[in-house]
Amino acid sequence: MSTEITTDVVVIGAGPCGLFAAFELGLLDIKCHFIDILDRAGGQCAELYPEKPIYDIPGFPVVTGQQLTDNLMAQIAPFSPEFHFSRMVNSLEKLEDGTFKLQTDADETFYTKVVVIAAGGGSFQPKRPPVPEIEQFENKSVFYAVRKMDDFKDQDVVIVGGGDSALDWTLNLEPIVRTLTLVHRRDAFKAAPASVNKMKELVADGKVNFQLGQVAKLDGENGQINHVHLTTDAGDLSIPATRLLPFFGLTMKLGPVADWGLELNDNTIVVDTEKFETSVPGIFAIGDINYYPGKLKLILSGFHEAALMAQAAKAIISPGERVVFQYTTSSTKLQKKLGVA
Amino acid sequence: MKINVTDQAGEKHELEGLEGWRVMEVIRDWGLNIKAECGGALSCATCHVYVDGEWLDAVGAPSDEEEDMLDSVGDVKSNSRLSCQILCSDALDGLTLTLAPSAAKD
Repeated sequence: MSTEITTDVVVIGAGPCGLFAAFELGLLDIKCHFIDILDRAGGQCAELYPEKPIYDIPGFPVVTGQQLTDNLMAQIAPFSPEFHFSRMVNSLEKLEDGTFKLQTDADETFYTKVVVIAAGGGSFQPKRPPVPEIEQFENKSVFYAVRKMDDFKDQDVVIVGGGDSALDWTLNLEPIVRTLTLVHRRDAFKAAPASVNKMKELVADGKVNFQLGQVAKLDGENGQINHVHLTTDAGDLSIPATRLLPFFGLTMKLGPVADWGLELNDNTIVVDTEKFETSVPGIFAIGDINYYPGKLKLILSGFHEAALMAQAAKAIISPGERVVFQYTTSSTKLQKKLGVA
Repeated sequence: MKINVTDQAGEKHELEGLEGWRVMEVIRDWGLNIKAECGGALSCATCHVYVDGEWLDAVGAPSDEEEDMLDSVGDVKSNSRLSCQILCSDALDGLTLTLAPSAAKD
């Protein structure tokens, strides 16, 4: 069912800079909605290095990506931003009245006065293995996720990878497929030990074929594969297959943002350094995704950019309203908004 | 120290390495075609390189964590390494390597 949401600001990307933008906007009484392709907040910090220490956040001699995310979520809680996870903004259109219409792949339409792109290195998307012409088979017989189990029923399935996704789907699909081959480059797995043990039992019982190697080439036509060619230490191997599931994790791509008519500089969005506005008035870009002379891709730069963006966004959302700059340490008004006074 | 890099297009580059820098940082700073998405946190494998055979002993073997990350690319060879895990030093003066296809920017 389609949903329509009207708001002041839509923030695309719930990484640290986007989250802090909700704080700066909240101080100015601006309500925001987040849209993120991941299923939780934190962006690259939470996805790529949740347990790794970060040493250059002011006031934190050391903090992990997950701790920083958790603290930012606590900091913006008084402003009750709304999160829309696991969806991507497919299109962005400026309407005649100057507002924006955004549509997501989850059949939602957002109407908003301001758009803030805080998408870091872009949106996380499945890694495509460097196999020639794999694109022509994608979403027809090569999939990077299992949406419907039925698509794999009675099929000859090849799963590639050694992590949890590869092992989980090996175990889940084995009962319904015609044949299943698991391909991994080595005999060591990063998945949960219980899953690895269960997979090895299935291999010992002859229900799953395990091959050490890597996918080199695909045969097929009209989007339908019929053979997967592997490179192995013992030589090349061809396996009959009607479905291929490569599970190599995620990587970041600019994605649909590239088609929104914004001035770009090598996969980043050009902004000014006064307001961090893009070449389209009303659309801002903060954090790693923006570009300006001297740009440093640091979280702290994104925090600074969020503060200046918020002041400019306020002028668009409440034109003519005089904004008195206040400090959270001394302003009772701000402290009331934060629930501490 | 010098680092000799062949990019994905086959073009050769001689880079000036700096003691203590990561080889990934040198390649990135010279503007060659690596994504280096995580910035050296050993979390992405987008700085994947093939180390020339004669340099493998000097570079040393990858750690278990690095091997785990190499699982996330589909073009691993026996001489694969993540360039963020190789530190520049005089012992590696003349290091020769090739950028892997999976390290390329979009």
